[in-house]
Amino acid sequence: MLEKIQSLGHNTIYIIAGLGRAMMMLLSAIVQVPNPKKGWPLLMNQLFSVGVLSLLIIIVSGTFIGMVIALQGYTILVGYGAEASLGPMVALSIIRELGPVVTALLFAGRAGSALTAEIGLMKATEQLSSLEMMAVDPLRRVIAPRFWAGLISMPLLSAIFAAVAILGGHLVGVDWLGVDSGTYWSVMQAEVDWSNDVLNGVIKSVVFAFVITWIAVYKGYDCVPTSEGISRATTATVVQSSLIVLGLDFILTALMFTN
Amino acid sequence: MSENLVEIKNLSFYREERCIYDDISLNIPKGKVTAIMGPSGIGKTTLLRLIGGQLKPDSGQILFAGQDIPSLSRSKLYTLRKKMSMLFQSGALFTDMSVFENVAFPMREHSRLPENLIEKMVMMKLEAVGLRGAMHLKPGELSGGMARRAALARAIALDPELILYDEPFAGQDPISMGVVVRLIRDLSDALGLTSVVVSHDVPEVMSIADYIYIVAEQKIIGQGTPEQISEMKSELVQQFIQGEADGPVPFHYPAQSYKSQLLGEDP
Repeated sequence: MLEKIQSLGHNTIYIIAGLGRAMMMLLSAIVQVPNPKKGWPLLMNQLFSVGVLSLLIIIVSGTFIGMVIALQGYTILVGYGAEASLGPMVALSIIRELGPVVTALLFAGRAGSALTAEIGLMKATEQLSSLEMMAVDPLRRVIAPRFWAGLISMPLLSAIFAAVAILGGHLVGVDWLGVDSGTYWSVMQAEVDWSNDVLNGVIKSVVFAFVITWIAVYKGYDCVPTSEGISRATTATVVQSSLIVLGLDFILTALMFTN
Repeated sequence: MSENLVEIKNLSFYREERCIYDDISLNIPKGKVTAIMGPSGIGKTTLLRLIGGQLKPDSGQILFAGQDIPSLSRSKLYTLRKKMSMLFQSGALFTDMSVFENVAFPMREHSRLPENLIEKMVMMKLEAVGLRGAMHLKPGELSGGMARRAALARAIALDPELILYDEPFAGQDPISMGVVVRLIRDLSDALGLTSVVVSHDVPEVMSIADYIYIVAEQKIIGQGTPEQISEMKSELVQQFIQGEADGPVPFHYPAQSYKSQLLGEDP
């Protein structure tokens, strides 16, 4: 019994210490005087590798998810003669939920894991240590540009995901199943509210981007610098990010969309 | 003895429960080549990291030009590190940059030199280590020895006051080894740079070091000029210098008896 209590205490201290280290790392990385001359090229590089290279998976996934939602939605709505509501149904489910959540899960798997592995390998090969010894702060040089790139690119990827998903829904609902194109767009326009739906979706994606990128850079920076340590850190990034995104999604949805 | 650039006073350092250094003191004289030698796994690299401020000691002082490194703030430590550089055992080259970009990196970070001048300086540094022709290669395309020489060119890029060399001779062929040995000596003689060399290569270290510390069993077991070290009576020192397996320093990591383990007996 005493051992269990000790183990519980040890694990609690370990988690709290980890949170403290993660917070300190983030604050040290982002609270600093910006240096546009050196920082801008680093940020652009990271926006490319984190954001642009994630475009393909986001566009392909968005298209298919929009198509599936339209197909499922049509088969249900047509039974009630309500196929005219297909447009808002696709748009609302994508903008409010699937856009931010699925983009976040894909982002964690594609970009988050890559960030953790890259930073972990830099640590294992002493590149971070050599930066320190050259009087170049690795938090500023390595962590900060990657964190900002994730925070900027994920909401944009989420917007792109939503746009192609709605087009995917149009492809199936209008071009294949025969829903009127004018009805698809006009009912969608009437039903989707800017602040209640679109803005809340954007807020969700910003929160998810913050959490995933923070976890990804921290796990890489704090990993045990061995091949096994990097492997564990990469897995932890994907698993923890995904679970936290799903949990946060419920909390945000409850706050945003319930009276 | 000339003025000391680094002074280590009563340093103790523990890695979790394991004692690495127990109350050691040593001085690194300015403009000289000081070697730290000792068996594997006794914490020679750890000592370099302590001097560089990457690790904090449990007790004691590490003074660099009079400033106590462990007690410096983060910003002051980074300012101080501009005066030193370190050659890592693995080379630690940036894998996303070419050899040229790696050597140019500290110059671009810490100087306002025009790009054409940086280009010439990089070529001079690479020429010194014999890698001018490899300047466009990526670290992944270099052999271990070449990568270490490229890292050496990067370490001396800004001619720092103090250079910490972690196993600079490992993996070098005899020709490259001779060049590296001469380069370390020349940097000290011509530019007055202070060097700390951590190495196992006894003949090379004896040929260039002005002063040698031999570390074992958490202590400094011997110190002196190469001549003094050669003439020391200490069995510990002589075993290390002569490379003998039998002696006070055990070759085997502590373990139960070989025979009893083979027979499956309890320790």
